[in-house]
Amino acid sequence: MTDPAQWMTWLGLGAVAAPGALVAILGLPSLLRRPLSERASDRVCRWAVAVGLVCSVGVLALMLATGERHVVIDLGNWVSIRHDSTGDGVENAHYHFALKFEFDRLSVPLAILSFTLVGTIGAFASRYMHREPGYNRFFVLYAVFLAGMVTASLADTIETLFMGWELVGLSSALLVAFFHDRPAPCRNGLRVWVVYRVSDAALLLAAVVLHHSTGEGDFDQLMGNASWPEGRAAVSGGQATVVGLLLLLAAAGKSALVPFSGWLPRAMEGPTPSSAVFYGALSVHLGAFLLLRMSPLIAVSVWLAVAIVALGLLTAVYAYLVGPVQTDIKSALSFASLAQVGIIVAEIGLGHWVPFLWYVALTHLLGHACLRTLQFVRAPTLLQDYRNLENALGDRLPRPPGPLARAPARMRAWMYRFALERGYLDAVLTDYVARPFARLFLWFDRLERRWVAFLTGSDATGDQPPLPRPAAPQPDPKPKPAEHRP
Amino acid sequence: MNAGDVPWLELSIGLPLVGALWVGRVRDTYAASRWCLGFSGLALVCTLAAWSGVRFGFAPTGGSPYDVLPRVLGFQLLTLDGMSAPLLPLVALLHFLTALATARTKMSRFSFAWLLVGDSLRLAVFALTGPRELGILLALNTLPPYFELRRRGRPTRVYVLHMGLFVALLFAGLGAGAVGADGTASVLLLLAVLVRSGTVPAHVWVPDLFENCSFGTALLFVTPIAGMYVAVRLVLPTAPDWVLTGIGAASLVTAVYAAGMAIVQRDARRFFAYLFLSHASLVLVGLELHTVISLTGALSLWMAVALSLGGLGLTLRALEARFGRLSLTDFLGLYGHSPSLAVCFLLTGLASVGFPGTLGFVAAEVLVDGAIGVNPFVGLVVIVAAALNGIAIMRAYFLLFTGVRRATGVSVGITPRERFAVLTLAALILGGGLVPQLHIDSRHRAAEELLRDRAAAARAGGD
Repeated sequence: MTDPAQWMTWLGLGAVAAPGALVAILGLPSLLRRPLSERASDRVCRWAVAVGLVCSVGVLALMLATGERHVVIDLGNWVSIRHDSTGDGVENAHYHFALKFEFDRLSVPLAILSFTLVGTIGAFASRYMHREPGYNRFFVLYAVFLAGMVTASLADTIETLFMGWELVGLSSALLVAFFHDRPAPCRNGLRVWVVYRVSDAALLLAAVVLHHSTGEGDFDQLMGNASWPEGRAAVSGGQATVVGLLLLLAAAGKSALVPFSGWLPRAMEGPTPSSAVFYGALSVHLGAFLLLRMSPLIAVSVWLAVAIVALGLLTAVYAYLVGPVQTDIKSALSFASLAQVGIIVAEIGLGHWVPFLWYVALTHLLGHACLRTLQFVRAPTLLQDYRNLENALGDRLPRPPGPLARAPARMRAWMYRFALERGYLDAVLTDYVARPFARLFLWFDRLERRWVAFLTGSDATGDQPPLPRPAAPQPDPKPKPAEHRP
Repeated sequence: MNAGDVPWLELSIGLPLVGALWVGRVRDTYAASRWCLGFSGLALVCTLAAWSGVRFGFAPTGGSPYDVLPRVLGFQLLTLDGMSAPLLPLVALLHFLTALATARTKMSRFSFAWLLVGDSLRLAVFALTGPRELGILLALNTLPPYFELRRRGRPTRVYVLHMGLFVALLFAGLGAGAVGADGTASVLLLLAVLVRSGTVPAHVWVPDLFENCSFGTALLFVTPIAGMYVAVRLVLPTAPDWVLTGIGAASLVTAVYAAGMAIVQRDARRFFAYLFLSHASLVLVGLELHTVISLTGALSLWMAVALSLGGLGLTLRALEARFGRLSLTDFLGLYGHSPSLAVCFLLTGLASVGFPGTLGFVAAEVLVDGAIGVNPFVGLVVIVAAALNGIAIMRAYFLLFTGVRRATGVSVGITPRERFAVLTLAALILGGGLVPQLHIDSRHRAAEELLRDRAAAARAGGD
C-alpha cells in the first residue's frame, strides 16, 4: 500500500463514494418514512463532506508530490454489450458505458470547491433550516446536489458527466420549489426544470454525436490522453463545431447565459442556503466547467470559439445592465454573478487563441464562487445592518449611480425599462416558444375531442370539459402559517 | 419431482383463472380483495419460477412433463424464450400490486374477478408464440375492458371501433400470411400493431379508455404494451425493412406528439394516457432500426417503461382514491398529505424518462446510442420526446403535490399495502438502475435471438 498510485485510487474512490453514501444514508430512511433527526442529518452531512474533502485534498497532495497531473480511476464498464458476428446474419455490435473518473488540474479544484462550499453551506443550513418543516427534504436534495456536482466534476466520460448534470438539475429545480405552499416558487421551479431539460437534451445529443464520431465518450480519448488543458481533440473541425455548439447550448441552459438568463433570478425563490451554494456558486458555473472540460474542441474550431466569446460577452453586458435595477438583494446578486459567469465564458472562448486563459477562467471561476457564496450568506444580515445604519442616520444611505445613469438621456428611459423587464428574455421565450407550443397542442387536443365526439355520436365543442371532483378537498379554514425565508 | 417438473407456466395462467371463478362468487368485497391477492400472488410466484426455469436452464421453454395442455391439444401451446420469460413476472407483478393497492373505498367499484381474468389472459398472451393462438388470445384480451365499460354505463364506441379494427387487421394479416401473401400480411400486421399500440392517428382510444374505464383496468390493459409483443412475434421475424421503417416513422411522430399533448393536459388520467402513448412509441422505435444495440435498448426500455409507468399509474390511482378525479389546472397541494406518494410519483415518473440511477436510464441510453448509430435523426427525435416527457412529469408533479395544503376530514396518508407496493417498485427501479448489467444482458440475448430468427427467415425466403 505504499504505491502512490494505489493511494490515489483509494482516495479518489473515497471522494466519489462519500456523496453517494450521503444520498443513501439520508434518502433511504426517508423512503421508509424513518427520516434521520436533525442532529443525525447534520452529523452525517459533516462526515460525508469531510471525508470527500479530505480524499480530494489527498489526491491533490499526491498529484503535487508525484508530479502526476492526470489520474484516471476506471471502475470498469457499468454496462457492456458486445456481439461478434458469427455468420448468423447479425452484425457486429458494441456498446459500453464506462464508469471512469479523472483527477486533473480542472476536476480536482472543482471537486475541492464543491466539498468546501457545500460543507460550509451545510453547516450554515443546519441552523438556518432548524425546525423548518422541510428540513429533511432540504438535506436529501442537498445530498443529491453534492453527488451530482462531484460526479460531474470528476467524470471522465461524457455519459458519467451527464448523470451528474441531471442530478444537479433535478435537485436544483426541487429546491427552487422548496417552499411549495406558495405557487410562485413552484412555477419558478418548473421554469428552471424546463430550461434544464433543454440543456440536458443538448448535452445528451452532444454525448451521442461525440460517441458516434469518435467511438468513445471518454474525455481522455477525446483529448488524446494528454492532461487538461493540453489535449487536442481527435475530431475534425466540423465535428468539433457541431458537438461544441450543442455543448454551448447545454452550458447556456445550465449557466443561465442569454437567452436562458431568466431562470436565475427566479431560482432565488428557494431557501437562502441553496441559492447561495447552487445558483450563486456551483450550479451556475457548471456550464462554464463543461466548456472548460471540452476546451480541446474549442482549440480546433474557431467558429465555436467565436460563438462562445460572443455569448459570454452578451451575457455579461446583459447582466451588467439588468442587475442594478433589481429590487431585492438576491436577484441583484444573481445578476452580478451572471455578469462574472459571462466573462468567464468569454475567457474560455478566447482560450482558442491564448490557451493560458483557460487557467485564468478556472481561477476566476473558483474565486468568484467563493466570493458569491459569502455574499449570499451575508445578504440577510447585511440588510439588517443597512437598516440599523439608516435608522441611526435617520436617512437613506447614499447610493452610487449605476450604469444606466451614465447612459444618454434619450436612451435612459428605454434602457431602464429594458433592465426592469430583464431584457424581455422571459417574455420572448414565453410568447414565441412556450405559448405557441401550448396553443398548438391545445388545438390538437380540441381536434381530438371533436374526433372522439364524432366517433361516439355525441355533441361536443372540443373544449376540455370541467372535471368531476366528488371528493376534492377543501382549503384548510385555518391554514398553518408556513415559515418562508427565501 | 424436481423444480423443473412443476408446470409453473400452466399454473401461472391457470391459477388466476380458477381464482376469477372463485372470487366471482365471493360477495364481501374485502374478502374478494384478499382472495384476489392470494391468487395473483401465487401467479406471481409461478411466473418467477417459470422465468427461473428459462434463466437457469431447468425448464428452458417453460414446459414440464406434467403439463396438461399438450396432452389435451396434442402440441405445446405455451412456450417461453429469453424474450418473453421476464415479461411474465412483470405482468403478474403489475396485477398483484394493482390488487394490493386498491383502496377500500374503491373496492366496491372494482372487479377483482375481472382483474384475475385479465391477469390470466395477459400472461397467456406473453406465453404464446404461434400466430393463430396469439391472435385469438389478443382478441380475447380486448374483452375485459369492454365489459367493464358496459357495466359502468360508459360509452364503448371508440374502444370497440379501435379494438375491432385491431382484431380485424390482425386476423386479416394472419390470413394473408397463411395463404402466402407475405407483403400484404406484413402491411396488415403493421397496421394492427400501430392501432394496438395507440400510434397517431389511431390513438384516441387510449385517452378515451382512461377517461371512461376504471384506472386499474385501463392501466393493466395498456402498460404491458402488448402491441410491442405483436410486433416482435409477428412482424419482426419476416417483415421487410420498409415495414419496420413504417413502424418507426409512425412511432417517432407519436412519441413527440403524445409527449407534447401530455404537457398541455388538464386531467391527470389523460396526462397519463398520453405519457404512456409517447413511451410505448419510443419502445417501438427500436424495432425500426433492428440492430442488436437498438433492439436491446427497445427491449430493455419496454420493461423499464412497463414497470415505471405501472408504478406511476398506481400512484395516480391511489391519489384518485383519496381526492377523486385529479385536475391539472391548479396546484392541489397533496404533498403534505402523502409525501410517500409524492416520492413514488417522482421516482416512477423520472424512471420512465430515463433519469440516472433508475432502471430506464441505461435502457434509454442504449436505445439512443443504437439509434444514433444508424440514423442520427431518430436519435434526435428520441431525445426531444424524452425531454418533453420529463417536462410533462415535473409539471404534473408540481401541480399535484405543491400548493397550499388542503384540509381533509379523514386521514389520507399512505396505507401499509400501498407502502409495500411503493417500496417494491422503488427497490426494483433503483436496484435495476444501479446494477443494470443483468437486465441488459438478458435483453441483449433476447435481441440476438430475435435478429438471428429474422436473418434465418430472410435466408429461407431467399432460398
